[in-house]
Amino acid sequence: MSRDHPAAVVWARQARLALVVAKKDAMIYYLKAPVMTFGLIFPVFFFLAFAIGRAVPSDALVPGMLAMALFFSASAVGPLITPWERQARTYERLATSPASLEAILLGDLLAAAAFGAAISVVPLGLGLMLTPARVVAPGWLMVGVVLGAVVFGALGVLLAARGTDAPSEVMMLSNLVRLPLIFVSGVFVPLAHLPSWSQWVGFLSPLSYCVDLLRTSLGETAFFPPWISAGALIAFAAGFVTLAAFFHRRQRRTA
Amino acid sequence: MSDWPVDSGTSSGDGTNPIAIEAQGLTRRYGPTTAVDHVSFSVRRGEIFGFLGPNGAGKSTTVRMLTGYVAPSEGTATLDGHDILTDALAARQRVGVVPEEASVYQDLTVWQNVMLMAELYTVTRARRNRYGLDLLTLFGLAERKSDKGRNLSKGLRQRLMLCMALVGEPAILFLDEPTTGLDVASAHVIRETIGRLNRERGLTVFLTTHNLDEANELCHRVAIIDRGRLAAVDTPHALRGTIEARRSVEVIFAEPLTALPEINDPAAETEPFAGGTGVRIFTGTPGRAAQEIGVWATRHGLRIESIATRAPSLEDVFLAITAPRAPVREARR
Repeated sequence: MSRDHPAAVVWARQARLALVVAKKDAMIYYLKAPVMTFGLIFPVFFFLAFAIGRAVPSDALVPGMLAMALFFSASAVGPLITPWERQARTYERLATSPASLEAILLGDLLAAAAFGAAISVVPLGLGLMLTPARVVAPGWLMVGVVLGAVVFGALGVLLAARGTDAPSEVMMLSNLVRLPLIFVSGVFVPLAHLPSWSQWVGFLSPLSYCVDLLRTSLGETAFFPPWISAGALIAFAAGFVTLAAFFHRRQRRTA
Repeated sequence: MSDWPVDSGTSSGDGTNPIAIEAQGLTRRYGPTTAVDHVSFSVRRGEIFGFLGPNGAGKSTTVRMLTGYVAPSEGTATLDGHDILTDALAARQRVGVVPEEASVYQDLTVWQNVMLMAELYTVTRARRNRYGLDLLTLFGLAERKSDKGRNLSKGLRQRLMLCMALVGEPAILFLDEPTTGLDVASAHVIRETIGRLNRERGLTVFLTTHNLDEANELCHRVAIIDRGRLAAVDTPHALRGTIEARRSVEVIFAEPLTALPEINDPAAETEPFAGGTGVRIFTGTPGRAAQEIGVWATRHGLRIESIATRAPSLEDVFLAITAPRAPVREARR
């Protein structure tokens, strides 16, 4: 905080700086053909590899595919931004600018969330065009996409807290965390059909609540009431952001 | 650069604070190792302050503490009147930083790099467009404004880094080894521009460097840090004056010497150089020694090619201070 300005002015300025950081991330890391292609193709084909050949109505697959695209795209680049910046030796100057650590993390989160939300339009469009799936609750669809993008973006920022300048290290950690989640979160098999132990693990995954909320929005049977899923996603996002700020700050202290 | 703001010193609150940087007992420990050990100094507004030391002495760690990248284990500092711990964002708003071995964003153009930093310093659009172009012109980058950072040479990248550090209109500029490894032309442009910004705009500069000639040329005062502790703080001239015994006379003869010259100073040290045709004599009275060598050469029938007296260099001071452990000397004024 600054002694010269009231807290509201400082917060407003830091929020603006977060947008500057998000714009920087978008220009440097997201608006590249390989990143966009990978963000879309990987989750869609990964999903189809599991879904094709199963006796499931095609429209029932849309929420899972949408959630997968959201999950992988929003959390794909975020974990790598800080290690990339450390490796490229641009991080120290960013960290010594008037942008606070929280503003930098918020900027990274916003860029990731915007990327994830934008990418999710493609599987949603394909699903609506190629299957009988229909949006029955557009409000919950919007909430699901936005909160899902934010919570997965926050997960990416949390994974970036590992103080390394080797992106491969973070990538390994990132996949170690993300890949198991898709099997316990009701993406391929709805939560209600999972064994009880798997359901309990699924309750600890933010992806479960995102998929469930998207099921509600597309008229599929959901496990939770939508407001519980939305609340859980908000709680996960707040938890991830708090932990990310804590670990990034601790990493800075011990750097 | 015509309307670049002159640092009026009004940002420190009362407008009368003549101190731009004040470090008080800055200490940084990494486990059992103390990288910087209770370092205290002050830098006056409008001063170019050199921070010298051998590799690993604690120069960059000190800069990183001052600029907020690394938290001090003990102590604190103020930048333009703002405490780096309790008023960190305001302190950082007042400084521009060129970190050691930092780089520009390779995928952004020269112009985008400068504008990004301007936006981070909340410079208004009209001002950043004007200053940005002024700075690129000043550093000879205006023609390259559409080039990506990856297409610049190391020297041009460093010039761009300076533009990025200056576009936020800082009161204090931190430069960590800004000319290391650069070509002669880029190093010259950077030194010349830093000196000009200091003279014309009152910019306070905190400069770490290995280049003692650079420190001698640019800095009003220098601090020498050794093994994490401050060993000396003074003007280059005053520091050179502390080792008068390192004054010398250098003589080059037309032919190799068969014997060394004799002068009437038992404390003098003589060392030959230039393949035996030259001799360097360290003495507190180099003028008198030059006269005596002339007489000695005439007596032995030797022809002198050149003769010059030399004051001790900053390098001599640096070596004298950093070789043995020395107590802190703060200039009295």
